[in-house]
Amino acid sequence: MITEPAPFRPIAAGSQPANDTPSYGSTQLRHPTQPPLRIPQTVTETTGPRFTASRFGAMADLSVMNGKQAQGERIIVRGRVVDEDERPIPNTIIEIWQANAAGRYDHPGDQHDAPIDPNFHGGGRVFSDADGWYQFTTIKPGAYPWRNHYNAWRPNHIHYSLFGTGFGQRVVTQMYFPGDPLLALDPVYLSVPDQAARERLIASFDIDITSPEWALGYRFDFVLRGRNATPTERA
Amino acid sequence: MLVATANQTIGPYWHLIEDPSWADLTRFGASGEKIVLTGTVTDGAGSLVTDAAIEIWQTSPKASDAFPAFGRCRTDGNGSFRFATLKPGPVAGLGNAQQAPHVAIAIFARGLLKALTTRLYFQDEPLNETDPVLSLIEDAARRRTLIARRVSSDTWRLDIRLQGDNETVFMEI
Repeated sequence: MITEPAPFRPIAAGSQPANDTPSYGSTQLRHPTQPPLRIPQTVTETTGPRFTASRFGAMADLSVMNGKQAQGERIIVRGRVVDEDERPIPNTIIEIWQANAAGRYDHPGDQHDAPIDPNFHGGGRVFSDADGWYQFTTIKPGAYPWRNHYNAWRPNHIHYSLFGTGFGQRVVTQMYFPGDPLLALDPVYLSVPDQAARERLIASFDIDITSPEWALGYRFDFVLRGRNATPTERA
Repeated sequence: MLVATANQTIGPYWHLIEDPSWADLTRFGASGEKIVLTGTVTDGAGSLVTDAAIEIWQTSPKASDAFPAFGRCRTDGNGSFRFATLKPGPVAGLGNAQQAPHVAIAIFARGLLKALTTRLYFQDEPLNETDPVLSLIEDAARRRTLIARRVSSDTWRLDIRLQGDNETVFMEI
């Protein structure tokens, strides 16, 4: 008898953005018009890739490059990766990317007239520990204009990519900062229908994560889809 | 019970985490039938999508130290992606069902607030006729949006259309 991983539970109503979100102009020609096909979760959906720190080395300090400090406000981000049943997800890869302190990405596609920082690239990678905790050091990213509408500015944010334990658990998202006045005007942030789900994308300032004389600390937790209680058994 | 974290678009600058070698799933020395999976991504106006991240995951052959079974590739200036991988075999389905050889695909891009997921199947596989996922699609023309055609001895091509005519069948899992 083979026991396969249990399927993931359905996605909670209102907790995820719709790809058809007219206020975000780039969705206009990119969102499917047909409803998605609901498929049963097979081993293809319930399992997923494994990344090991030995093969995919961690890059946990984005604030230093070639021994030189990047410009800007140094911060520490720490949090926990759990599933919907609050079970920690250990040893899972977390990819991170962001703009520099001036709001400019080290990317040829970003032509915003703000300075490149030679000591900041903005890409990183960490793994959660045995109890689901992760941490990295970086520079607080700046806001930047993005031409979605007149005078449009993205709020300060850090991009994240997580894999969890199955293809159906994959999440790519953005972390925002508390008290940012641009959040109320941002179509990407506002695309999440449920207010509580939206607000969970905002990190909280945490004095216990803050390192004295060194860096401010923020807490940001991830919740990945939970699995049904009973695993599927196959004769 | 907690609720899973909301997705947000991968945006146009995700290449900051790109490692082009991830498009080659045979790079760790996997042995088997080596194939190339390629195609283009177009939007509702027929324009090429040149800033997407395409990810593939397959459960056959099984992931191992030699075969990650996962790949990621950008769409380039021509809207094209290209993976080198191993040809999958049949995959166990639910109950006693058998699934035709397939590769799971996730598409991330600016303008997509969450991933679009789909599957790639292979032309001329007898199991396609009884595959439990393909069988859910009544319209034969729509079913064909998931079936890669063989364009050379080792290369299979599947074009992905995000919107409009011949729109790819996307899935909710």
